[in-house]
Amino acid sequence: MNKTKYDVAIIGGGHNGLTTACYLAKAGLKVIVVERHEYVGGAAVSRELHPGWTYSNCSYVCSLLRPEIFRDLELSKHGLQIIPYEGSASMLNDGRFYAHYQDHDLTYRSIAQFSKKDAEAYDRFGKDVMRQCKIIKPLLKMTPPDPTSFKPKDIMGLFEFAKYFAAKDELGGLGEKEIYDTIRFWTMSVRDYLEEYFESDIVKVHLAGSAIIGTALGPYSPGSAYVLLHHYMGEVDGTVGAWGYSRGGMGSITKAMASSLKSNNGEIKAGSPVSQILIKNNKSYGLVLENGDEIYADKIVSNLDVKRTFLKVVEEKELPSDFYKAVKNFKIRGSSGKLNIALDDLPIWKSIPVGDPAGTGDLHITQNIEEMEGAYDDWKDGKWSQFPYVDMCIPSINDPTMAPQGKHYMSVFIQYVPYNLANGGWTEEKRLEFGKHVMNRIGNYSTNFNDIINHAEIRTPKEIEAEVGLTEGNIFQGELTMDQLMFNRPVPGYAQYKTPIKNLYMCGSSTHPGGGVMGAPGVNAAREILKDLKMKISTHYI
Amino acid sequence: MNTSKISYKKPLLETPFHERTSEHCYANDWYRWAGYKVAKEYSSTELEYTSMRNTAGVIDITPMHKYDIKGEDAKKFINKLITKDITNIQSNQVAYGIWCNEDGMVIDDGTIFCFNENHFRIFCAERNLNWFSDTATGFNASVEDISPSIAALAFQGPLSCKILNLLKVENIENLKPFHFNNYNIENHNVTISRTGFSGDLGYEIWCDPSQAIDVWDSLFKFNRDYKVLAAGMNALEMVRIEAGFIQPNVDFMSAEQALRPNRMRNPYELGLGWLVNLDKEYFTGKQALIRHKEKGPEKKLVGLDIEGDKPAVGSVLYDNSKKNQAKEIGIVTAAMWSPVLKSNIAIGFVSKEHYKLGSNVYAEIYHPEELDYRKIWAECKVVKKQFFNNPRRNETPAFT
Repeated sequence: MNKTKYDVAIIGGGHNGLTTACYLAKAGLKVIVVERHEYVGGAAVSRELHPGWTYSNCSYVCSLLRPEIFRDLELSKHGLQIIPYEGSASMLNDGRFYAHYQDHDLTYRSIAQFSKKDAEAYDRFGKDVMRQCKIIKPLLKMTPPDPTSFKPKDIMGLFEFAKYFAAKDELGGLGEKEIYDTIRFWTMSVRDYLEEYFESDIVKVHLAGSAIIGTALGPYSPGSAYVLLHHYMGEVDGTVGAWGYSRGGMGSITKAMASSLKSNNGEIKAGSPVSQILIKNNKSYGLVLENGDEIYADKIVSNLDVKRTFLKVVEEKELPSDFYKAVKNFKIRGSSGKLNIALDDLPIWKSIPVGDPAGTGDLHITQNIEEMEGAYDDWKDGKWSQFPYVDMCIPSINDPTMAPQGKHYMSVFIQYVPYNLANGGWTEEKRLEFGKHVMNRIGNYSTNFNDIINHAEIRTPKEIEAEVGLTEGNIFQGELTMDQLMFNRPVPGYAQYKTPIKNLYMCGSSTHPGGGVMGAPGVNAAREILKDLKMKISTHYI
Repeated sequence: MNTSKISYKKPLLETPFHERTSEHCYANDWYRWAGYKVAKEYSSTELEYTSMRNTAGVIDITPMHKYDIKGEDAKKFINKLITKDITNIQSNQVAYGIWCNEDGMVIDDGTIFCFNENHFRIFCAERNLNWFSDTATGFNASVEDISPSIAALAFQGPLSCKILNLLKVENIENLKPFHFNNYNIENHNVTISRTGFSGDLGYEIWCDPSQAIDVWDSLFKFNRDYKVLAAGMNALEMVRIEAGFIQPNVDFMSAEQALRPNRMRNPYELGLGWLVNLDKEYFTGKQALIRHKEKGPEKKLVGLDIEGDKPAVGSVLYDNSKKNQAKEIGIVTAAMWSPVLKSNIAIGFVSKEHYKLGSNVYAEIYHPEELDYRKIWAECKVVKKQFFNNPRRNETPAFT
C-alpha cells in the first residue's frame, strides 16, 4: 500500500489531466497522476501498433493546444514540436480537386475554378469566423461564471463575459450587428451558415467538415456551426484556424507534458486503473485502485468524462439525485470511427498530383452537404455511413518519424459510425466490414491505395471507448451544443470544475470549454484548485 | 485568368506585360497585387519616381479589378451603390466614387466609366464581386468580373501627352480630365482615359491582352529623346502620397475587410465628404451617413507637413510639444520624403480637436540609424492631403 499522502491525485493521464498536474506541481504541490494504461496520453497518444510505424491512433492533428500552455510547461524543451499543414483538399468524383493552400492567392484561384464569387466570399467568411474566434478566445480562458449566483466572483465573472462583448479595444467595439452574428453563429446549422456565403457545393462541403467532426450532429442540425468555430479556435504560430502535425504523433504532446510534470517532481503511476474514489462525509480523500491499493490526497481531480466519473468511480449514494440525473442525461454520443493505416508507398490520387501541397494536409471525399447529411441519416438509423465523411491525412509526408523510409502512415477519421449498431450490435466481422467499406471508398479516389495497405487498425466507437475510456467513444467528452457549453458544461451549477463532492474536481473535456487537444479545461481546473488553496497559478494564459 | 492551369509551383499570375516587365525588372523585386506579379522596383525607385515627375512613367496596372455593369438599370444600380449622384453623367465620362456599407462605412473607392446609359465599368483596388452582386439584386443590371480580359497601363507624367501625340494618337491632347475615348496606337485599338494616381498629367491605357506587348513597346519608342521608364509599385506609392490619394487597407480598413468594427471609417473621417450626396434618393448607407455627418467625424485623415527630413513611417501622433505631457491623438498611415516638394510629408488620422488645417501635432519618429533608433519628436502641421497638384494635370488641351 502506498503510504504517501499527496496534495492532489489526478485520475487519468490524458492531456488535460497532465496539464492540471503540471500546473499544480509547478505551484509546489505534491501531485500524482494515476493512469490506467502503461502509457499516458489518453486520446493524445503515439503507438507502435505495427512494427516500424507510429500511429496517432486517436486524435491525429494539433491546432487547439493553447500556445500559452506550450510555453508555461516548456513543452519544446520536453520534446514537442508542431509542424504546420501545407494545404488541404477535397477530391471530386469528376477527377478534379478543390484545394486550400498556405498561399492565399493560390487558394483564391483554386476556389475560383469552382466559383469566383466563392473565392472572394472565402475572405469574407474568414474574416467573420475570425471575428467570432476573437470573441470566444478570452472565454476559453475563463471559468464560466454561474449566472444564478450572487457571489461577487460570479457577478464579476458575468461582468467580464459582458465586457468582452462590449470591449472597445480587444474586439474593436462589437456593435449590435456583431452580437447578433455571434448568437446566430452559436445556434445555427453549419449548412445554413455556409449558405449565406457560398454557392458551390464543394466549397461548402469542404468547409462544413469541421462542423461535424466528433459530433452526433449533421450539417443541417442547429448548433453545428458552433462546432466549426470550435475547430477554428486553434492556431499554429499565430495563424488562427491553422492546423499542424505534432512531430512524432499526438503522443509527443502528452509525453512532453509528462516530462514537464516529472521535472517539477510530479509523479505518474501508470498501469493503475482506479476503481473508486474514497468519500466520507461528502468529502473525497483518496482513491482505490483495482488492485486494492489506496492513494490518499487532499484533492482529487478527475480527467475522466463526467459520466465515467460519476457513474463509475463515485458511488451513486454519495451524489445529489438531481446531479446524478443530470449526469445521466449528459449527451455524449459516439459517432466517429478511426482507421490507422500502414502504407507501403505513398498513395497516388487520381486528382491531386504527386508533390502538390494540397495532398499533404487533410483530405476529403464528400461531394456535397446533402451527401454529408445522408451520412448522418445512416448514423441515426444505427448504421455506419454508406458514404462516410472522412478526414484523412498522411502525417509521414511531413513528419519523418512516423514510418520507415519510403513507407507512410495514414490516419483516417470517419464520421459517422454508431456506438450501437442496429441489427444485433457490433461483432468482429462487422468491425472488419466497416473498415473495408471505408478503405474501398477511399480506394475509389486513388490508383494504388488498395495495393499498398500493409496494416490497418480499425476502430469503431466501441474500441475508442474501450481503449481511451471515453464514454461511447465521444472524442469531445460530451457534445459541444449550447445546452452543454459554458456555464452548462457539464452540468448547470457545476461548471466551475467543482463537483457536489468536496475536494473532488473535474478537469477533462467534459468541462468548459470542451474537447479537442486544447488543454484549456486542464489549466482552468488547475487555477480553480489553486484558488481554493489560496495559491496563485503561474501562467502566460491569463 | 486561365484557371485551368493552376499549379502550386506558380501561385501568382503573370500579366500580359510580363515578358516586358520581367525584362525591365533588373532588381527582380516583385510585389503581389490581386494574385498577380508586378514589379516593386525595376532598377531604381528614385529614377522611376522621377520619370513620372519629369518625363513619363509606365506602370502595369493590369491587376486592377474591373467590373462591367450592363442592363437598363445600370445607372440606377450605380446610384444605389455609390454615395455621389451620377444621374447626369455623360458617355465617355469617368466618375470617381466611393461605396459604403449600410452603416455608412467605406468599402472601397474606384473610377466608374460610362460607356452609355446601359453600360458602365468600375475599376477598383479591392475585389467587390460579392458586394456589387448583392447590391444589384432587384435591378435589371448584370455584374461581371472582366478583370483578366483587359490589360492596363498607367502612363503618367508631364510628357505623357506629348509622347502619345508623337505616336499619332489623334486628338489626345483634347481629352479632358476624367474622360475617356477610343484611340489608335500604332494600329492597335485602345481605350485611353485621362485618369491616374500621380496628381500630374497622365493617362490610363486599356487594351486587349493580345496587344499588350505592342502597346508597351510603343510607349518606349521615343526613349532616345524623352526617357520613359517602367515604374514599379514603390514609385507609384510615392506619387500617390504626394497626390493625396488614399488606399483601402493602407490608409483605412475597407469595411468589408476590417476584423475590428471600430477600425471601419466613414467618408467624413476620410475627408471624402465631398463624394457624398445626401440629397440623392436612397442609396446604401444613406441613413447612417446622415447621422455621421450630423455628428461630425471623431477623427479625420489629413495631410501632415512634418519638420525635419526623417519620414514618419508608422508614427504615433501626439498633442504636445513636450513628450512627457503628450497624449496620443492619432497615427500616420503613409509617410515619405517628397523629392519634388523637398518636404517631409505624411497622411494620417488626427482626432477631432486637432484636425483643423493649420493645427500643430507631434509625431514620434523612430528613425533607424546604424542598428539603433533615433527617436525624434517632430512638429507636424495639419495641411491638405493633396500635397502635389500641378496645374498641367487639368489643362486642356494638354501639354504637348
